[in-house]
Amino acid sequence: MADPEDLKPGDEVPSRPPPRHKLHSGLGLLLRWESLLVVMLGATIAYGASVSPYFLQSTNLFYICLNVGEVAIMALPLTLIVITGEIDLSVASMLGLCGVAMAELFKHGWPIWPAMIAAVLLGAVLGAFNGFLVTRVGLPSLAVTIGTLTLYRGIAQGILPTDTIGGFPEHLTNIGVVPIPGTHVPYSIAFFGALAVVFAVVLHATPLGRAIFAIGASQEAAFFAGIRVKRIKFWLYVLCGMLSGFAGVLWTLRFASARYDAAIGQELYVVTIVLLGGISIFGGRGTIAGVILAVAVLGCLQTALTADLVPAQDQQIVVGALLLASVIVPNAGDLYRRTRDRLRSAEARRHRAGPVQAESP
Amino acid sequence: MTTIAEEKAVREPHTSSHHVAEILLRFRELGIVLALVLVVVGAAIVNTNFVSLTNVQQILSGAAIIALLAIGETIVIITRNVDLSVGSVLGISAYATGVLYVHHPHVSLPVVFLVACGVGLACGIVNGAVVTIARVPSLVVTLGTLYIIRGIDGAWAGGNQVNASMLPTSFNRIGYGTVAGIPYLAIIAGVAVAIATYAMRSFRTARDFYAIGSDPPAARLAGIPVGSRVFLAFVLSGGIAGIAGAVWLSLYGSVDAIAGVGYEFQVITAVVVGGVAIFGGSGTVLGAALGALLLNTINSALDVVNISSFWTSAIAGALLIAAIAFDRLIAVRVAPALRTRRSSRG
Amino acid sequence: MSNELAPPLLSLEHAEKSFGAVHALEDGIVDLYAGEVHGLVGENGAGKSTLVKILAGVHRPDAGRLSIEGVEAIFDNAKQSQAAGIAIIFQEPTLFPDLTVAENIFVGMQPLKRFRRIDGRRMRREARAVFDQLGVKLDPDRVARGLSIADQQLVEIAKALTTNARVIVMDEPTAALTMTEVDRLFGIVAALRARGNAVLFVSHRLEEIFAICQRVTVMRDGRHILTRATEELTVQSVIRAMVGRDMDALFPKVEAERGEVVLKVDRLTREGAFTDVSFEVRRGEIVALAGLVGAGRSEVARAIFGIDRWDAGSVEVGGRRLKPGSPTRAMGAGVGLVPEDRRQQGLVMDFSIERNVALASLDTVRRAGVIPRGAERRFARDWALRLQLKYSRLTNPVWTLSGGNQQKVVLAKWLARKPSVLIVDEPTRGIDVGTKAEVHRLLSELAAQGVAVLMISSELPEVLGMADRILVLFEGRVTREFARADATEDAIMQAATGIVDQAA
Repeated sequence: MADPEDLKPGDEVPSRPPPRHKLHSGLGLLLRWESLLVVMLGATIAYGASVSPYFLQSTNLFYICLNVGEVAIMALPLTLIVITGEIDLSVASMLGLCGVAMAELFKHGWPIWPAMIAAVLLGAVLGAFNGFLVTRVGLPSLAVTIGTLTLYRGIAQGILPTDTIGGFPEHLTNIGVVPIPGTHVPYSIAFFGALAVVFAVVLHATPLGRAIFAIGASQEAAFFAGIRVKRIKFWLYVLCGMLSGFAGVLWTLRFASARYDAAIGQELYVVTIVLLGGISIFGGRGTIAGVILAVAVLGCLQTALTADLVPAQDQQIVVGALLLASVIVPNAGDLYRRTRDRLRSAEARRHRAGPVQAESP
Repeated sequence: MTTIAEEKAVREPHTSSHHVAEILLRFRELGIVLALVLVVVGAAIVNTNFVSLTNVQQILSGAAIIALLAIGETIVIITRNVDLSVGSVLGISAYATGVLYVHHPHVSLPVVFLVACGVGLACGIVNGAVVTIARVPSLVVTLGTLYIIRGIDGAWAGGNQVNASMLPTSFNRIGYGTVAGIPYLAIIAGVAVAIATYAMRSFRTARDFYAIGSDPPAARLAGIPVGSRVFLAFVLSGGIAGIAGAVWLSLYGSVDAIAGVGYEFQVITAVVVGGVAIFGGSGTVLGAALGALLLNTINSALDVVNISSFWTSAIAGALLIAAIAFDRLIAVRVAPALRTRRSSRG
Repeated sequence: MSNELAPPLLSLEHAEKSFGAVHALEDGIVDLYAGEVHGLVGENGAGKSTLVKILAGVHRPDAGRLSIEGVEAIFDNAKQSQAAGIAIIFQEPTLFPDLTVAENIFVGMQPLKRFRRIDGRRMRREARAVFDQLGVKLDPDRVARGLSIADQQLVEIAKALTTNARVIVMDEPTAALTMTEVDRLFGIVAALRARGNAVLFVSHRLEEIFAICQRVTVMRDGRHILTRATEELTVQSVIRAMVGRDMDALFPKVEAERGEVVLKVDRLTREGAFTDVSFEVRRGEIVALAGLVGAGRSEVARAIFGIDRWDAGSVEVGGRRLKPGSPTRAMGAGVGLVPEDRRQQGLVMDFSIERNVALASLDTVRRAGVIPRGAERRFARDWALRLQLKYSRLTNPVWTLSGGNQQKVVLAKWLARKPSVLIVDEPTRGIDVGTKAEVHRLLSELAAQGVAVLMISSELPEVLGMADRILVLFEGRVTREFARADATEDAIMQAATGIVDQAA
């Protein structure tokens, strides 16, 4: 692959992992990451059904959905950010801060709807701050969002240190506990579903989506094709903040109270969903379908574990392990290939050394 | 040959701006000390109790834990990686230490620290192995192990707690004892930082860390075993966090499943504020330790000036962002001089 | 020639190296004796870099024989080459910016004292001693970040000396140096020669070769052409050996009717890259920017397209002024750029062929904001057909294609936008002869259709065969302009190497 004149000695052939979906045969389709997720989902449901006879009942499905709703919503914009090769670890903190802001405004006499809208707008501002630091100041997104993870949560804690704020109108807090009338679908997951469709269309079928993939696959080539790399990244951060703020509103309504530590540590779940969904941590690869499946897997798994009386800490181990597995497994093929190449090269060397030595006097 | 003069005009290196930047980088430690003095003087003016012996001792002891963790984190960040799991490692090691005393009340101090260190090493080995063998970015790996280790800790501890009463006095004394008014912990951390600072200067392996973080492909080209060095960095970070766990228990006297939650952010903030480049390659353990001290002093000063300690983490986050933005601005200052030369090549 | 009794320090015989279908080196021959400075010259793509990388242990030759002091050697990696006493000074040294100069010299082999501690004092002393030996002043304690290229090269040379390297290869060392720095480097090269080292000096600049080399090897098209003592050669004879190749029928030049000025570049300047560049390109015209690598040709192209900002001057396309630093605006005005680095800049290598073709034209492919299923494929298939792209499936990643077909994809991407100005930077680099001819025909046809083509090429026959006018850049300035009829390879080469005074 390497053009002779372009490689400097310091350069390595780019160490991007090989594409996951290289094969295009029927076998390739079977080996797609999404297929793996479907199998995992089946296994998780089977496990859930085996520990609880009620697992597949509609009320239980309602609770499965309810548990992952907000996290799933945040996973969508994060998916786009990860595809461009960046990261946002501050999602859960934005959720927390926006929830607190909404409650504070409500407590200070704002009507509930303006307070909710303000919370979503605040999320956009928080996201814009992340985006500004990453795209305009040029700081690494990892360091920036570790910083804002602490900063945003810290501000929430500063505003609302110990107490909780409640007393929201009941017809609104109800959406966190009752399904949409006539169905068994909670509101949050319905929002997720609608958003997921929009995201899927945008990502997979519009010029913007194509640009997002191009940025992640090769930022330089994308720029040379006239794609506005910085602008797109900035607005993705804004979007991520906005939807995190929206998730904050939903979260606050679901628990009918706001606390500074709402969803603390949930960035683990959001990042896990994104990476389990087959989005490459190196950017440029993944599908919304994968993310939707990952939401389903994680939701079912959590509920099944709870039904199996596995305590919360142990569930954290499982989710953490899932996160590691979802980055190690796609790299395993690469690891295998590297080892094989090394062995081959050693063999070739022996092979080559033979006849040449015979030649020398 | 008119070209000579013009060529010079175009290609004259801008050394002056470079020197300013270099001074700022080289005297980062001095800047932190200056900031420290400002905070202390300011807080002392508001409330003289700030410089009371007990308060100073408290600040030093608290900073000692973060400074210890910062040693390991510095090594990892210098290699252009990050270890988010240090808080969890500290937690599980602290709990392991407590449990050890519960089951073997008469176990000797060295054994206790060996066990604590061993727990940390085990965690570090897992981190290092996954990062270097599976070639997964350390961010994701240690985010995973942050929760996995915390989860194991939680599952192990359940709702249990180890109290000071279950620990021998000789152990507790490490936490509260002083020599000439200086807490043992501060001395321990001081000695550790001094050793680490010296070692990071004086051994090939340590210089390899810097080379790797400075330019990974060049390090490979220079024959540095990059994989095993990065592995070692994570193992060291784990081991140090393990020891810090035992020290933490001696300071706070009781441990449950949430010991050290969120420490990773404080530690990373301290390290970055202390002048360790988030992109690796430069920084000192001494700077990171001073960063830890500054962070703790600011937190304590907030109390004195009646700002709720609940703002602590907001300030840590703001400091972290300010520090990387500051480093970036310096780099941008140096860049034009470099660009002039670089862009003139094919 | 005079040292034939002792075996050469290094000798490479009939080395071959291919990358896929590209034969980068077909017959690489060079031998180096102790105490000689040996010049290696050739056009871009003549195989010099590949030869250097074989010596460096970066590439392993497919065939041929390398011996060090008469003993057969095989290098698997850079480390083995270093151990054999070969040191390479690249045009862009790879130093560790955060380490000090002394540390960079001794990285991985620092002198130790008791308890395996690094002996910093000895390290600095030895570094200083090496610099004294070279007759230069450089503070061993300063960090490498911000060192000039010349000083970075010095650090690499010092490193070579401390490892007792006998053979020192300098790959285009003067490309980024000022005149004074070049003089200093020449002094050092003379010192190395006096120490009994062998120096392989790779350069485009013939006056430098004639100033310091005792022998010269000329390469062309991956092959060794000649090796002679410098006294037996003249600048003219070397240039003839470098370019002397048949003007084949590769260039089906179609005479096109010139129209109005489409691209007008006026006094364009970017500090450190190019200065005061002015020219116009008309409809139907192919204008070539010739010059050596590093003369600023690609930089001009990048600035016009908006990749880099310019510091002064202006660019007008079709009478409209472009905004600096915005590829989107340049594209909107009808400019397309086929960049120099196909793999990094021209293509998203993981994307499929069809996606790469359509990447810059999605606004025309989409319907109601969405890219309809199949529309992209039809679009890509259409262009693939027009350019006679050879592929198995349009959904295959573009990296599965050969270099020539990859380049056709890049061309298709821009042609699909119906540009009024097309900038092509090294359009035929690293592609096979057949595809090369197709690309040339395509460019001619485009011009005939009224596109203004700005072509950058290091291949003189291509420049002569294709261009209506030729601008030669040297050190970031336009030094000569040739009409098609007046241009010869020798004249262009002279202008490109700075030998212009009598003509300008």
